[in-house]
Amino acid sequence: MGMTITEKILADHAGLDGVEPGQLINARVDVVLGNDITAPLAFKEFEQLGLDRVFDRDKIVLVPDHFTPNKDIKSAEQARALKEYARRYQITNYFEVGRMGIEHCLLPEKGLVLPGDVVIGADSHTCTYGALGAFATGVGSTDMAAAMATGEVWFKVPETIKLVYHGKLPRWVSGKDLILHTIGLIGVDGARYMAMEFTGEAIDNLSMDGRFTMANMAIEAGGKNGIIAPDETTLQYVRERAGREYKVYQSDPDARYARVIEIDVSKLEPVVSFPHLPENTRFVSQAGHVDIHQVVIGSCTNGRMEDLRVAAEILKGKKVHPDVRAIIIPGTQAIYMQAIKEGLVEIFVEAGAAVSTPTCGPCLGGHMGILAKGERAVATTNRNFVGRMGHPESEVYLASPAVAAATAIAGRIAGPGEVL
Amino acid sequence: MKLYGKTWKFGNDVDTDAIIPARYLSTSDPAELAKHCMEDADPSFPQKVQPGDIIVAGKNFGCGSSREHAPIAIKAAGVGAVIAASFARIFYRNAINIGLPIFESPEAAEAIQEGDVVQLDPATGTVHNVSRGETYQATPFPEFMRKLMEAGGLMAYVAERVKKGGA
Repeated sequence: MGMTITEKILADHAGLDGVEPGQLINARVDVVLGNDITAPLAFKEFEQLGLDRVFDRDKIVLVPDHFTPNKDIKSAEQARALKEYARRYQITNYFEVGRMGIEHCLLPEKGLVLPGDVVIGADSHTCTYGALGAFATGVGSTDMAAAMATGEVWFKVPETIKLVYHGKLPRWVSGKDLILHTIGLIGVDGARYMAMEFTGEAIDNLSMDGRFTMANMAIEAGGKNGIIAPDETTLQYVRERAGREYKVYQSDPDARYARVIEIDVSKLEPVVSFPHLPENTRFVSQAGHVDIHQVVIGSCTNGRMEDLRVAAEILKGKKVHPDVRAIIIPGTQAIYMQAIKEGLVEIFVEAGAAVSTPTCGPCLGGHMGILAKGERAVATTNRNFVGRMGHPESEVYLASPAVAAATAIAGRIAGPGEVL
Repeated sequence: MKLYGKTWKFGNDVDTDAIIPARYLSTSDPAELAKHCMEDADPSFPQKVQPGDIIVAGKNFGCGSSREHAPIAIKAAGVGAVIAASFARIFYRNAINIGLPIFESPEAAEAIQEGDVVQLDPATGTVHNVSRGETYQATPFPEFMRKLMEAGGLMAYVAERVKKGGA
């Protein structure tokens, strides 16, 4: 019996010839990730073991991105603690403000996560790296601490849902719309404990940036990981970044799937997730009249070059609506620089948008764009739970950069076709 | 050791932002986190919860962020255990790792009404509803996870391995 790509990666990292869904294994990890909120807690746990070093200082990555640049004194203390731990254990990959990025934009860009890797991160959106054909999943701080000590983590091998996206994407329909539509179909626990394997013609034709967006939101369907088998698009992205060996895995033709879902993308429109769950999806044409007070374009979901280019294409020569605050956050310093070089930042500032240094900030209601009571935002982020971006009586609508940019101009939820 | 307490009911898909909003994540101090436990699901919960009380919820409890601050806040608020129809996977792991007892039982989640007093046996997964005289069975934990819990959580388990030179 064949294996899926997820099963093959886990089997190899557990030193086994094969694994089956439900099997409990101990797997070797290639990368362990933490941020300014989760890693200090992990190091505190780690230090209770009385070890004088981590299992491999090159395989731990620390990124202060959530409440940075430090939003208040308490956050500054956490960020300082993270930096001190990084120095104490001589962690190779620590990225300070000004040289950093939102972790899930940064790690692939720097070639720190590669096809075939097993990656755990004390951040739920660690599943992003599945876009490279890696097994990547979010864990808590204690799991991070244990992995920093042992270089291993225990897993239950997940069943896999295979998602097949047929056809060609219509204009303005992106990876974000595919994943929101999928979550709308299967629900926020539709892939609970499972691997989501994204396949089909529409995925083959999707850019790396679009693939990262899709794998990023596997957790929003309850998934353990999202994964896309490497192809030429992946390898082209990886070749110019990889500093070590990597291995390309593919699912066997006779691999077992718990469920196969086929979606014809040619009939899709841009999608909006209404409050307060990502599964509350509607096509933008069915959104009705919803006035919007803030637009956020950025995050580990949609803060990459392609996202900024689409937003600029729509905002070019236009003005942000007088009642809207538009906040645009490039995902990394390199993306920021490229956006400057391409003239995108100029387009945004001329349109009346604020452009920020990379930060998770508003996505989790940290800083850089908190909502007041009763305010509504369209955001290219990943969660629209109660109070996610600020006051418990504020609202977040999730959408693609194209819909977010159009909404910024219209002052209400709008598709690109309505403003161009 | 059996757990005994009064129940508080919540709905489906209670996310970790509702359990502990990110605006309080500038600390990992359990006592501070406890002050805001479940605040965005029920603002009065931190005031009214009593030591030993039990949370009962629907499907997909703890979905969203990987923040371990969520089970820590619940444990530090004095909550003895969480019963849910199902748990989101990262919350499930985190709860086991930090030693917060959890019981997965769709039957119990549906039958228990707020205020019912329940008695729980973590060793067998039995949920006894004292108020209604009913008993429900939670999904048993695999042996490996029972070992983790018996060791006192993941770090205690790892500490044993480190001592043996297995790290």
